[in-house]
Amino acid sequence: MQPSQFDENPKIIAHNFNLFYGDFQALKEINVDIPENAITSIIGPSGCGKSTFLRSINRMNELIPSVKTTGQIKMDDKDIYKQDVVELRKHVGMVFQRPNPFPKSIFDNVAYGPRAHGLKNKAILEEIVEKSLTDAALWDEVKDDLHKSGLALSGGQQQRLCIARALAVEPEVILMDEPASALDPIATLKIEELIQNLKKDYTIVIVTHNMQQAARASDYTMVFNMNPDRSGYIVEYGSTSQIFTNPHEKITEDYISGRFG
Amino acid sequence: MNHTLTNQEKMMLAREKAARKPNLKRRKISQSIAFTLMWLMGFISIGALIWIVGYVLARGFPTINMEFLTTRPAGGFEGEGGISTTIVTTLYLVVLTIAIAAPLGIGAAIYFVEYANEAQNRSKFVRWLVRTARTGVEILAGVPSIIFGLFGFAVFVSFLKFKFSLLSAGLSGACMVLPVIIRTTEEALLAVPDSLREGSLGLGATKWQTITGVVLPAAIPGIVTGIVLSVGRIISETAIFWVTLGGSYRLPQNLLSSGRTLALHVYMLATETRAFDKALGTAAILIIIIMLLNLAINLSSKYFQKRLSGK
Repeated sequence: MQPSQFDENPKIIAHNFNLFYGDFQALKEINVDIPENAITSIIGPSGCGKSTFLRSINRMNELIPSVKTTGQIKMDDKDIYKQDVVELRKHVGMVFQRPNPFPKSIFDNVAYGPRAHGLKNKAILEEIVEKSLTDAALWDEVKDDLHKSGLALSGGQQQRLCIARALAVEPEVILMDEPASALDPIATLKIEELIQNLKKDYTIVIVTHNMQQAARASDYTMVFNMNPDRSGYIVEYGSTSQIFTNPHEKITEDYISGRFG
Repeated sequence: MNHTLTNQEKMMLAREKAARKPNLKRRKISQSIAFTLMWLMGFISIGALIWIVGYVLARGFPTINMEFLTTRPAGGFEGEGGISTTIVTTLYLVVLTIAIAAPLGIGAAIYFVEYANEAQNRSKFVRWLVRTARTGVEILAGVPSIIFGLFGFAVFVSFLKFKFSLLSAGLSGACMVLPVIIRTTEEALLAVPDSLREGSLGLGATKWQTITGVVLPAAIPGIVTGIVLSVGRIISETAIFWVTLGGSYRLPQNLLSSGRTLALHVYMLATETRAFDKALGTAAILIIIIMLLNLAINLSSKYFQKRLSGK
């Protein structure tokens, strides 16, 4: 095992991880430790592989048939590419860029995951739904409308519903792919606040295009960039305060000061 | 001094010229002419439809009464009797055909849309097979119904010895509407955004749970439309059932009984009897059923849309 990059326990370790779409290499030699119970943000210019890396952690990339990977991503020291993918996704939840609630009631949206894993007891489901919605800071707004369609909620509420839906399966890691990019500033702040509160129970990895968001909402920051052949690599990785106040790399400095990207 | 104009100068000159001689009036006239023509075309096509439907309904209604609806055809050159058994036979055939075609068609579409991509990547043979099947469906969708009738006659009626029967007709009819159901279901599945699939898979649901729990419920309006379209097709086809269902006007007793659908009855009355008024009366009933079916499509799609949008 390689030495940890930080003091905290690494939850996820990528080791010489490469990803290819057919012949095109999208990620090159990714080596990172992602600490447990912390928020790690991934920033970098468009198309540099941030989302691709995020979606490698729950193997969502495999939905694209031509994807091939080499190297390892380990969670709790177990290679995730050697696990059962359905089981893996139970432990690694995901929140997507655009809110994607199912066309079902609010209750059924949150209960979907536990039900898929075989839970049928109504009382326990009700408890899980209430707890997840409370943790996602949505309970007070919807507790009287649980039978209403999730699509009837506002964009910000829909995204919190999707977070509640992810929490309901009790994952250990939550991946967020620009979760606030489709939301207005007030809804964005609510989501950020919520993410802060989730940190104590979950390991959170968040892709963002918003520098301020990364700066104020995360503990660690990973800066991605593209090689001339368009494959993505990690420029720099460190504590968020170090990256934003004292970047070691010129590219990082240029990127966070808005000179490119 | 003589110098050639640059493109930019030419453009400026043209604009100045256009500004000096406004052609607004001419443009407005051509617009009115175009609109009038469109209106006329729309009017002619709708007018023709209304004429046909109106004619059949107006000529058919005097024949329709309780007795006409509740007695069975008596046969003969005069076309005596009503249409009761043909209504029941039509219903039987619709239910039987859909019961055969819907599970097959929906299953095939699910395979094409949800599984084939993945399988294609694994083997060249599967890729070839899927492509051939897809092309096959496209071709079948355009094949005239009598061809399915001939196939049904050769295979189900003669070879498998099902005779002229509901079973032969149901199987042949299923072959006919299968492409319709496959294609509408495929389109409905493709219209379900991938973000819903990802959302479900991301929660640790299996692919099959994703399909039954999220994809199919979201695709139901499209699938229902395909099935209702197929029902319309079964109700209105004649040739295919003439060569597979036979033409008995008795009430079918079991799957191997012959029978006569409404549309087939219209055809028989018009070609083999002098009871043209009864043909029109039966046709009016057919038109009413088709209208009700269309109403059902509209209502159901509105209902589903409302439910899906959560408003």
